[in-house]
Amino acid sequence: MSKTRVVITGLGATTPLGGDVAGTWEGLLAGRSGARRLTDEWVQNLAVQIAAPAAVEPTEVLERVKARRLDRNAQLAVVAAREAWADAGLEDSGLDKERLGVACASGIGGLHTTLANYDALKSNPRRVSPLAIPMLMPNSSAAYVSLEFGAKAGVHTPVSACASGNEAIALGLDQIRLGRADVVLAGGTEGAIMALPLAAFGMMQALSKRNDDPEKASRPWDVDRDGFLLGEGAGILVLESYEHAKARGARIYAELAGAGISADGHDIAQPDPTGSGARRAMERALSEGDLTPADIFHINAHATSTPQGDIAESLAIRQALGREADHAVATAPKSMIGHLLGAAGAVESIATVLALHHRVSPPTINVDKLDDQIELDVATEQRRLADGDIAALNNSFGFGGHNAAIAFKTV
Amino acid sequence: MASTEEIRSNLAEIVNEIAGIPVEDVQLDKSFTDDLDVDSLSMVEVVVAAEEKFDVKIPDDEVKNLKTVGDAVAFIERAQNG
Repeated sequence: MSKTRVVITGLGATTPLGGDVAGTWEGLLAGRSGARRLTDEWVQNLAVQIAAPAAVEPTEVLERVKARRLDRNAQLAVVAAREAWADAGLEDSGLDKERLGVACASGIGGLHTTLANYDALKSNPRRVSPLAIPMLMPNSSAAYVSLEFGAKAGVHTPVSACASGNEAIALGLDQIRLGRADVVLAGGTEGAIMALPLAAFGMMQALSKRNDDPEKASRPWDVDRDGFLLGEGAGILVLESYEHAKARGARIYAELAGAGISADGHDIAQPDPTGSGARRAMERALSEGDLTPADIFHINAHATSTPQGDIAESLAIRQALGREADHAVATAPKSMIGHLLGAAGAVESIATVLALHHRVSPPTINVDKLDDQIELDVATEQRRLADGDIAALNNSFGFGGHNAAIAFKTV
Repeated sequence: MASTEEIRSNLAEIVNEIAGIPVEDVQLDKSFTDDLDVDSLSMVEVVVAAEEKFDVKIPDDEVKNLKTVGDAVAFIERAQNG
């Protein structure tokens, strides 16, 4: 049986580089860093005092009463979803809402709400908000996105740490291919730039400590990389069956060809140094998308700027693509936006889709000296992608050994 | 003691802050749910904020009896005078 074709018809994002897709894409192409030194009072005792906050405060975009009922996670998600919805031209499309689904991931969930209400609880239990549970529950963002548009097919929240965003796209693809929905708003959100995550990731030795030079902190593939930079934001893609998109004359950015999910079965935090789990995810994405390594001309790597992770992924890409990796232009947006955790796969899938759509790869910044263990064709400047039918991979891996690779292709 | 109008006006500000209802719409004859569209969770927030603002206790069992703005204002007046 032939697979249902699924295409991307709308994009929405709010990131450290801009409050929308246009601003984000422009920043990525320009090689701009969204990192800065935090000046909040709560940061003063922390070892890591740098991050990449959202460029536009979601509370400045949302209606005041709406914003106060949503955790920051859901605020960011709704901002991105509204843009994607409008971009896809779905508002007056007569879409059957029973055929509209949502898959909106988060790595951490409504932590602002959890912490604020824990403080309230300690002062007086009656100060705990009656909205605390609907705001802190991990599915809150997906639920609020569904309420925004009246989605009545499945509403899902994949949670797999930093692989979550890609897993949401994989899940959305499945929903359409299984015939459960015609359109799925899929992506991820994360607003976790707070003292606790910064301290906790810091204690794991996962974060860069370049407090004095925030814009140089995230340096995937560079020999002097020392950990990731925490970012925040959200990305939502409109996934739609090709038939449905064609019938309503929708603009198509790219085709969502396949998804590959695997687990390392190795360690709760360390990547499998052989890269075999990541390799299997990429191979499955290719196979599900009826693609071969020869089709891949662009790789949006997970590349978080950690010493071990970047090498393991490079190894995995070499294993999955073999010699064909030579013509795959690799880029690492985390060098500019930092690591958006549960939103990373979603925002970077948007970058991958736009790279195919415009046939240009954004650069990777801060690669002053490429680590000689990285055997990839790294784009350190904007790079033109090949003409003709080409495909691209977007990788996301998460603590717990989760691997999720998504394959997109030109239409 | 605060006058009925002072209590209504302060309560209107609370309802505006929590539910976004224009203060001038929060009149004594208005029902919180039917006229002002204040849902049950927001109503709990309004009650807790009112307790702090007016320094009164509004037991959870009592909240279901506060159907209109006037009911709430009357309850607060009684509680303050009691």
